[in-house]
Amino acid sequence: MRRNQVAVVGAAETTELGVIPNTSQIQLHADAALNAIADAGLKLSDIDGFATAVETPQQIAHYLGITPSWVDGTSVGGCSFMLHVRHAAAAIEAGLCKTVLITHAESGKSNIGRTPRMIGPDSFNGQFELPYGVSTPASMFPIPVLRYMKTHGITHEQIAMVAVVQREWAAKNPRATMKAPITVEDVLNSRMIAYPFRILQCCLVTDGGGALILTSADRAKDFPQKPVYILGTGESVETPMVSQMQTFDSSRAFKVAGPLAFKEAGIAHKDVDHLMIYDAFAHLPLYGLGDLGFMPHEETGKFVADGNTRPGGKLPLNTNGGGLSYMHSGMYGMYALQESVRQMRGLAPAQVKGAKISVCHGVGGMFAASGTIIFTNEK
Amino acid sequence: MAEPQRARPKPTPETQHFWDGTKAGELRLQRCDACASVYFPPRPFCPKCASRKVSVFKASGRAKLYSYVIHHRPVPGFVPPYSIAVVELDEGPRMMTNVVDCPQTPEALELDMALEVKFEKLDDAVTLPLFRPAKG
Repeated sequence: MRRNQVAVVGAAETTELGVIPNTSQIQLHADAALNAIADAGLKLSDIDGFATAVETPQQIAHYLGITPSWVDGTSVGGCSFMLHVRHAAAAIEAGLCKTVLITHAESGKSNIGRTPRMIGPDSFNGQFELPYGVSTPASMFPIPVLRYMKTHGITHEQIAMVAVVQREWAAKNPRATMKAPITVEDVLNSRMIAYPFRILQCCLVTDGGGALILTSADRAKDFPQKPVYILGTGESVETPMVSQMQTFDSSRAFKVAGPLAFKEAGIAHKDVDHLMIYDAFAHLPLYGLGDLGFMPHEETGKFVADGNTRPGGKLPLNTNGGGLSYMHSGMYGMYALQESVRQMRGLAPAQVKGAKISVCHGVGGMFAASGTIIFTNEK
Repeated sequence: MAEPQRARPKPTPETQHFWDGTKAGELRLQRCDACASVYFPPRPFCPKCASRKVSVFKASGRAKLYSYVIHHRPVPGFVPPYSIAVVELDEGPRMMTNVVDCPQTPEALELDMALEVKFEKLDDAVTLPLFRPAKG
């Protein structure tokens, strides 16, 4: 894909985030979509391309009353929206559609009108993982981390610092769910969920949604918001079974998607002003820093513990507070993308001054999938 | 009311030999006749070279602890805290399991410790391969 040929011209989250007991999941999709349409100064009838995950495109498109001639129902977990952005950019460039709407919403906390996710007892997961007592992502996603720590010499305190630093960012964000400062001691003394991870190293469980609108860069200059261009993209999948990952020392899906996006963007790591790494759990930013090539894995824990990713640090990371402190409805990738777009527009609550390039890296399932989008506000 | 039970696996035609094996007290893996690759979970072709010529064989049952969590949340059929582990079999493949017959603590569960399979009969249909610290 060529650089900067497609831009985000509309971006919005649901009107409320957090606990939204009076709204169903499908209406959260609509709320986010209508907010994004208003942000872009468009009408729903202007949309000719549509993508969403978990729910089918036909369900949400019909609810919204739109008639797409291009759809993408890629549903690979929380990074599905990164893949939608990549696919939409390719489709727009290929002339398959002009204006794409991508929606996400989840009644993750209130469970209103939520599509159930079932694992059949005769699936691979049902036969070879479920019988051993895995249930929530908290029982599965941290399984690799002890091996990662042993291989790379990462300490419990360093991983706890991921949560501490993200709370510092969240404190600057009025829409963040958790804002009160925490210390490493607070993290390491919080309630045990799945050793070695405690509750402050696990993501929040909230309701919410978000939507993006993409169009060609040529048209983007006519929209009310500052265009945010797609500079580079990457994607991959590995396995739905965490036990069958190639290695726990890194993520194969990360190592495919991330470098692909950097190569396409034609940038070096020192060019990155702002970074989002999907943090369903506190080890993910460390995997991301290593697998995206910012530094060897051996240095990731120290890099965070030394304060390099905190407000004022040299590599601002997860500046909305992340899935650990901002919000996490179940598929957080959309909110990471929203924060990257806000940073590139210069409108983020914790704005990184003068930021020109933002890398947004997502994970799906338990390291099952990955998508990376690199944005810029300069064409 | 019956006690809540742990999730039961349901074999498919391609995995039946594995679950027949655990019932018979054997941990059965597959090896590619073409490239000699040993793999798991079961499927009737080699995921490395795509050959359909593969054989089922009895594995040693020896493994090393690759990684784990100690889960503290309630799950039907389990008494927390309990380990959810991934073990690396001597033959190469990894599988999820529970490490049993030892304290469910970080001190007792040391990465790379030697383990051996222990078959846990759930009912007449299903026997699960669990692992315990190797003896001797």
